[in-house]
Amino acid sequence: MAERRRAAAARVKEPAAPPEAQTTRAFPADEPPEQLLGYYADMVLIRKFELSADQMYKRAKIGGYCHLNLGEEAIVVGLMAALLPTDYLFTNYRDHGYALMRGLEPGRVMAELFGKSTGVSKGRGGSMHMFDVGVRLLGGYGIVGGQLPPATGAALALTYRGAPGPDAEVVMCQLGDGTTNIGAFHESLNLAAVWHLPIVYVVVNNRLGMGTTVEAAAGEPELYKRGSSYRIPGERVDGTDVLAVRNGARRALDRARLKREPALLEVMCYRLRGHSVVDPARYRSSADVETAQAADPVPLLRQSLIAAGLLDEAEAQRFEADADARVAAAVAFADASPDPSPSQLFDYAYATPVPNAPHALPGEPVVVLP
Amino acid sequence: MTAVPTAGVPTEGGLQASKGDAIPLITYRQALNDALRAELTRDKNVILVGEEIGIFEGSYKITAGLLTEFGPERVRDTPIAEEGFVGAAIGAAMLGMRPVVEIMTLNFSLIAMDQIVNHAAKIYSMFGGQTPVPMVIRMPGGGGQQLAATHSQNLEVWFAHVPGLKVVAPATPADAKALLLAAIRDDDPVIFLENLSLYNTKGEVPDGDDVAQIGKAAVAREGTDLTVIAYSRATTVALQVARQLAEVGISIEVVDLRSLRPLDRETVCASVRKTSLAVVLEDDWLSYGIGAEISATLMEGAFDYLDAPVRRVAAAEVPLPYAETLELAALPDANDLIKVIREVLAATGFPR
Ligand SMILES: Cc1ncc(C[n+]2csc(CCOP(=O)(O)OP(=O)(O)O)c2C)c(N)n1
Ligand SMILES: [Mg+2]
Repeated sequence: MAERRRAAAARVKEPAAPPEAQTTRAFPADEPPEQLLGYYADMVLIRKFELSADQMYKRAKIGGYCHLNLGEEAIVVGLMAALLPTDYLFTNYRDHGYALMRGLEPGRVMAELFGKSTGVSKGRGGSMHMFDVGVRLLGGYGIVGGQLPPATGAALALTYRGAPGPDAEVVMCQLGDGTTNIGAFHESLNLAAVWHLPIVYVVVNNRLGMGTTVEAAAGEPELYKRGSSYRIPGERVDGTDVLAVRNGARRALDRARLKREPALLEVMCYRLRGHSVVDPARYRSSADVETAQAADPVPLLRQSLIAAGLLDEAEAQRFEADADARVAAAVAFADASPDPSPSQLFDYAYATPVPNAPHALPGEPVVVLP
Repeated sequence: MTAVPTAGVPTEGGLQASKGDAIPLITYRQALNDALRAELTRDKNVILVGEEIGIFEGSYKITAGLLTEFGPERVRDTPIAEEGFVGAAIGAAMLGMRPVVEIMTLNFSLIAMDQIVNHAAKIYSMFGGQTPVPMVIRMPGGGGQQLAATHSQNLEVWFAHVPGLKVVAPATPADAKALLLAAIRDDDPVIFLENLSLYNTKGEVPDGDDVAQIGKAAVAREGTDLTVIAYSRATTVALQVARQLAEVGISIEVVDLRSLRPLDRETVCASVRKTSLAVVLEDDWLSYGIGAEISATLMEGAFDYLDAPVRRVAAAEVPLPYAETLELAALPDANDLIKVIREVLAATGFPR
């Protein structure tokens, strides 16, 4: 028993130091500059998109719940840089950045937020429910933990087609720290372990589930260790460092590809705003907020690129202006798009037509005999 | 869909008749908060359990201030683990605690369904009446907030179907308080259904210990031409419609079910025996819904008195879309109710 425990523990990598207030970070020599600049452009796009979504929510263009990736840009970009187009992605409701980085047009993502028929889910899903089968983004789920069993099942399906290898298709399933406390997380990991499934569970640890800290909610607050019960190896990486995220994701994805075994990746970050756009987060201390601001990955990468001589102020501003323009175009597209028509209410009710499918609007008679 | 009522829904008729001159006007949210505070103060076995109810003060701020007042042992924040903490509340209740569980929204109760249906509802009866399960599960349901399909549901009938549970769905702030007091003092598991669109509504709430009787409907407004049977948010819509139609000489009686299990069939039938016409307004999906149960009840208890078939105004049977245009089309509102009332009246040649 003790031996087993040691074996499991040994496969758990020691945590990277938590992100500290840093002003710049050096880059490995073999990292192509244009790629680094591309990551910066992507992170800026997410940042600008999310700030715009916040504005649009306040102007009542967006309704319902709206959760932003602010502070998680390096994670989204790093994870999506590691994921291949042939891989499948499942996420929670904090999903705008993932949709953008999977290659969906910002206009279609914004249109979904606006509830327009041109949205990625035809306006039926909204902020929490981005889905595009073409880019293998299989949602966007609003129920905490809801994405985990289906993602696990997608990985099961992959075992019926293709073989392990460097080009094998795999599944990535993103979730939040708070979501590691729900039964679906534990059941899914166990299934993935006993069925040897090609899946990577990525825990985005922004240290809070709404107002609850990881320490208050998790019996094992070092979340990358939570796979140990299922002998799933875990690794924790600094989620403010896009390269650390990408590389960690590649290691985990490789294991899934080559060995057809699950892995758990924990990426550490800070939520820069409230849980959703309407949460003023009064429960956070000012020290906590300051720490979060200091670890903001976007200015950190900007300064690092400038310090490394890969970017100058004028170029940086051009990147930012480009992102602004793309987001403005996305808003314009969403604004100009048509609302779904009430006559479409019963569209997509069933994939297989069936006699007597309900189609009564409220108050319409339901027994209409010939 | 009718705009979410923000102003008060004055209580009318029977149950909440004025008892004096200075009854405070408070929100449904405040009424719930007051009831929780009163019970925490009155009985040390009462504990609150749920996600974000303490530090965050409740996702919808129903528990605001209670952590500060009663401390973390009485107001217990939980991890996101609905099955776990609902089940844990059952166990605590078996040993004499009186847990009041908040599930952030009704939609998340689906994860706890096994504990609710197979455990909370069964333990007293299946073990021969040895151990009651005195607990309350509070949760808001309802659409109309653009929360999309998984976050907008009205699944009251899921609970109302289950023997062993008591299910209440108050429409007014006064009932919210009186029924919550009753639920907490009840020795059975009580499902306490709130509604997102009611939290900001205001009404008169008597101070003090006004404890409702679970299992009793109320005639929320008296009338003679047609009975509208409703509960929760739908009752507020029915009352609004009744006021509107009164101006054109149509007298609507509104029966507010208040309790979905047990169901006060007698009050429903008595009203329809008087008016001879019935329309049910419900926020759930039509097939197999609350209205179906009411219609069947009226077939049995008021058949000979009915002048026209009972009609139901319910939600369109689709997973509720996010887009506002589709959501509005799918949810029942005052106009839908008025249209059906007029159709039913026309079928009888009204005015008779
Ligand atoms: C089953 C269920 N319970 C509760 C909620 C309400 N809820 C939505 S997000 C959330 C917190 C999740 O925290 P975490 O997993 O850390 O993700 P984050 O929001 O921080 O990205 C909660 C409790 C829900 N959507 N589903
Ligand atoms: Mg979190």
